[in-house]
Amino acid sequence: MGMTIAEKILAARSGNVSVVPGQLIMCDTSWVLCHEITTPAALRMLEERGMDKVFNPDQIVAVPDHSVPAMNIKAAKMYQKLKSWVHEKGIKHFYDVGRGGIAHVVLENTGLVKPGDTLVSGDSHTCNAGALGAFATGVGSTDLAGAIYSGKVWFKVPETMLIKVTGKFNPGVTPKDLVLEVIKQIGADGANYMVMEWVGETIDNLDMEGRFTLTNMAIEAGGKTGIVAVDDTTRAYLGARGVTPDQYTEYQSDADAKYKVVIEIDAGALEPTVAYPHIPSNGKVAGTDKIAVTHAYVGSCTNGRISDLREVANILKGRKVADGVQMIVVPATQLIWKQAAQEGLLEIFVDAGASVSYPSCGACLGMHSGVLGPNDVCISSSNRNFVGRMGDPSAQIYLASPATVAASAVNGYISDPRDFIGAGSAAD
Amino acid sequence: MPKVHVFGRDHINTDEIIPARHLTTDVESELAKFAMEDYDRDFVKRVQPGDIIVAGADFGCGSSREHAVWAIRGAGVAAVLAPNFARIFYRNAINNGFLALECADIVAAFQDGDEADLDLTAGVITNKRTGQVVTFVPVPQFALDVQKSGGWLEYMKETFN
Repeated sequence: MGMTIAEKILAARSGNVSVVPGQLIMCDTSWVLCHEITTPAALRMLEERGMDKVFNPDQIVAVPDHSVPAMNIKAAKMYQKLKSWVHEKGIKHFYDVGRGGIAHVVLENTGLVKPGDTLVSGDSHTCNAGALGAFATGVGSTDLAGAIYSGKVWFKVPETMLIKVTGKFNPGVTPKDLVLEVIKQIGADGANYMVMEWVGETIDNLDMEGRFTLTNMAIEAGGKTGIVAVDDTTRAYLGARGVTPDQYTEYQSDADAKYKVVIEIDAGALEPTVAYPHIPSNGKVAGTDKIAVTHAYVGSCTNGRISDLREVANILKGRKVADGVQMIVVPATQLIWKQAAQEGLLEIFVDAGASVSYPSCGACLGMHSGVLGPNDVCISSSNRNFVGRMGDPSAQIYLASPATVAASAVNGYISDPRDFIGAGSAAD
Repeated sequence: MPKVHVFGRDHINTDEIIPARHLTTDVESELAKFAMEDYDRDFVKRVQPGDIIVAGADFGCGSSREHAVWAIRGAGVAAVLAPNFARIFYRNAINNGFLALECADIVAAFQDGDEADLDLTAGVITNKRTGQVVTFVPVPQFALDVQKSGGWLEYMKETFN
């Protein structure tokens, strides 16, 4: 019987000729990604058990991102714990504060994770890297500890959901709107335990940044990971990072691969979508209701990339953020921050009355840089709108594309970005 | 006799179980003070050691933070029963030897405050008030093996040392 990409990777990395969904396997992990929130607990567990070793310091990537630069002494201690371990164990790939940003976006840019690789991290958005044709998934601190120690992780082979997307995005409609629509259709647990494999002409025509947005949010549908097959776009992206095809293995799903579910989406029928509180599946067309906002947030591993910032700048250029709205833009990495500066985007943000923050997870998970207060209403380009996610539990979080966030910031209420941009814009 | 706390809503997420603002510690007794804080601020005042949570579907969705398992276990919760669990929460439970039991009709079978008898060997939970007996999906053998070893790391230490 044919296999999917994910099944082929899991078979290869577990020493099996083939695997089937439901099978428990012991899998080698190509990479372990560590940040300062869930890694210290993993290190403590290992120390307590006298298992204080690292399977291979060259296959671990460490990027502090959730609570750096530290906002309090406890956070500073967690950062110190990660950093001292990195130095003690000779962890090769360490992207310290000032050299990194959000772990997932830093990692996608390094060229380290390659097609056919397996990756685990103590962070649910690890699925982000699936856009590179790798099998990448989030785990808890115990699994993280096990992976650090042995380079191994157990998996139940997941079933796969096939998402076929055809047609062309209309101006003002972006991959974020596509993924919010899919989650709306299937539900917040619609892909529970499944791989979400994205195919179709729309995906073929999508750049890597858009693909990362799709795979990043697999977890918002309960998915184990998202994945996109390698094509020329992937090869070119990796090539630009010094990675040549002889360094990786490309897997394609077989024509007779078995899918648990098949979803078909017409990209041309999509509209700018906003996920209402308090669950990412609660999507409605942007501007359906006139909802006043107090905060507009652009950033996160979902939508803090350079193309996202360009979309925001397109709308903010020559305009002002509405009085009473606090807008924060958080470029996802140092490199993106610098590129945005060179392109003049940061100046546009500042001129519009937005503040630009240091690359980090920031307020996406309510740890620093824009935490919401009681009854605040935020339109955010991030990935979760759970109660209390960005701060006070009474705050309301609406998820949208960067373009929708920018349009809403200008109007002061949740707005359709199509009112601001014409055909042929950068959001096209 | 353990009491049952019914949180009947679907999709109770890890941010509600233990908000990110408390993630600057991984000490279970510290996390326990804030268990379920953004869903039910008074839960930690009511819960007693050995109590059981009965919840709606997709319990534990969202973040991979294992702190969610530690917080409710630290608060004294012995088991969570729900129609199904979010994937990472479920495996975190297995890795910790914590009982996350899948049970389709569990929410309708209990009212908040009911006393219950949990029988792992028989795979049933009994509502002492109504006498209703509800069957849950047996704990997988793999999970039992991990539990027997004392957790995933102990299991791994034995296997890969």
